Amino acid sequence: MTTPLLSVRNLRKSYGALKVTDDVSLDVASGELHAIIGPNGAGKTTLIHQLSGSLPSDSGTVHLAGEDVTPLSMVARVRRGLARSFQITSILDGFSVLENVALAVQARSDSSFRFFRPSAGETALNAEAMTALDRVGLADRAGRRAGSLSHGEKRQLELAVALATNARLLLLDEPLAGTGPEESAILVGLMRALKATHTIVLIEHDMDAVFALADRMSVLVYGRVIASGAPDTVRSDPAVRAAYLGEEEAA
Amino acid sequence: MSTLVARISAEPPRRRAALSGTALAGLVLAALAALPLAAEAAGLPFLVVTATRMMIFGLAALSLDLVLGYGAMVSFGHAAFIGLGAYAVGILDAHGIRDLAVQAPAAAVTCALFALVTGAISLRTRGVYFIMITLAFGQMAYFFMVSLAAYGGDDGLPLSGRSTLFGMRLIEGDPALFYLVLAVLAVALLALRRVVASRFGRVLRGSRDNAVRMQAIGFSPLPYRLTAYVIAGAIAGLAGVLLANQAEFVSPAYMSWQRSGELIVMVVLGGMGTLVGPVVGAAALIALEEVLAHYSDHWRLGLGVMLVAVVLLSRGGLAGLAAKIGRRA
Ligand SMILES: Nc1ncnc2c1ncn2[C@@H]1O[C@H](COP(=O)(O)OP(=O)(O)O)[C@@H](O)[C@H]1O
Ligand SMILES: [Mg+2]
Repeated sequence: MTTPLLSVRNLRKSYGALKVTDDVSLDVASGELHAIIGPNGAGKTTLIHQLSGSLPSDSGTVHLAGEDVTPLSMVARVRRGLARSFQITSILDGFSVLENVALAVQARSDSSFRFFRPSAGETALNAEAMTALDRVGLADRAGRRAGSLSHGEKRQLELAVALATNARLLLLDEPLAGTGPEESAILVGLMRALKATHTIVLIEHDMDAVFALADRMSVLVYGRVIASGAPDTVRSDPAVRAAYLGEEEAA
Repeated sequence: MSTLVARISAEPPRRRAALSGTALAGLVLAALAALPLAAEAAGLPFLVVTATRMMIFGLAALSLDLVLGYGAMVSFGHAAFIGLGAYAVGILDAHGIRDLAVQAPAAAVTCALFALVTGAISLRTRGVYFIMITLAFGQMAYFFMVSLAAYGGDDGLPLSGRSTLFGMRLIEGDPALFYLVLAVLAVALLALRRVVASRFGRVLRGSRDNAVRMQAIGFSPLPYRLTAYVIAGAIAGLAGVLLANQAEFVSPAYMSWQRSGELIVMVVLGGMGTLVGPVVGAAALIALEEVLAHYSDHWRLGLGVMLVAVVLLSRGGLAGLAAKIGRRA
């Protein structure tokens, strides 16, 4: 068997008596798009924080391509090819769209302890950043102030920034959050294209998007994985219908 | 696509603001260069001394802007670096070493080391804790100098005279010192303008705006913040070297916490994160000090009112206000 790109074993996190991540184990094969669904408050964002390294786990391990990255910081994990996006848009509003992405290129291109050459004019960084912007369809927005983008465009920019880190594995936390139907269609198309080149862990509320994109999926309820497998299997799982999908249909 | 890249890199979005900043800086520098002659002609030689002090504190405020305006680190102990720089001159002078070629590097290195050690500790904290811990280090430096009886202690330490430069007595006269200070300020201003636009500066600015975002793309903000803190400390140390020469006297009073507070006021009044703004802010504060103190002992109250007005009218301080008026015109 080939080593999964991401392998999570017995991950736990509690806030006081509240078990937010409760013994989560998960394998994501290289090239797979693995969706994680679950009701609000299930612990999906917390799990992303633990996987990306921004939140230490109480116990359990995270392996990336066979390497134990559990003790590593977010910065060290990014360097090893694990990038994330944020549920609440997190970009540098005051920077240009191009500079937001160029910074992610700069982070892996030689030293940033350079003090005199103007960074905005570094053509090698800008060219790579433009490639990422091109991929998410924002090339024509490159010179704009990032804060002036529409909500959907900001979500696209988040993806471009994650791509520009040269990640192998993308952790996307509700990339469709707050988008309208048109914006959401663009982003779903984009993620379908990214599947060709990246392994993706996708957290999403939009079931249509999840079933359109996912190769495999896991259902998280109260911090526990209650089902995991191919979308059709998961969809017909009685426990899932009871805990989550049924509830959704009833609503 | 490559043409698109070329077009975009040729037109960074803040081009206009940068140009007006350059124009303002150029104008101020040109006017200053003519000042000693004009003051002489008008029979107001004290203006040269006042302007020299303005520029010395401008240099210190400029360095604080790198930390405060570009790094979002509210350092409440920045005057300590001025004091340490001044004492480097005073102590070396007391041992017969009077040349700037030795004094200035000694001051810069001392301050850089002090910044490295205190910064490495202070930067483990953020927000109010960072303010408190930098204040504490500033006070430690202050009380250390107060207790150093061999070098005057509380009373301070008079210099034997102004420093020499490569053995020559070049800055004996006030106009000569004025031009030296002007040159140092201009070089520091131009250098820091490049620094904040560089790779390093971009990481510093990004970490100021959104540290978590920076970590998510692979940057740890700490080494960049610490480097900025060290650079700023060294520059403030040079301001101390100049201040010691201007007054021909060094005193622990240079590094009191009130002085650190005034430096913050200069930066905020002039406009954080604009470099040229804090220099103007320093000049404005010293001008107010001289004018208002002339009329009333309670001049600080008037200063408070003005600070509130400027901050309310424009978050960007005087520089922001100037830009606003410039856009309207
Ligand atoms: N820092 C925290 N302290 C206490 N409780 C938290 C904290 N962060 C998240 N929680 C709780 O953990 C649960 C899971 O939150 P979250 O991971 O954001 O869920 P999801 O992303 O699935 O909506 C929620 O009940 C939330 O209130
Ligand atoms: Mg969430």
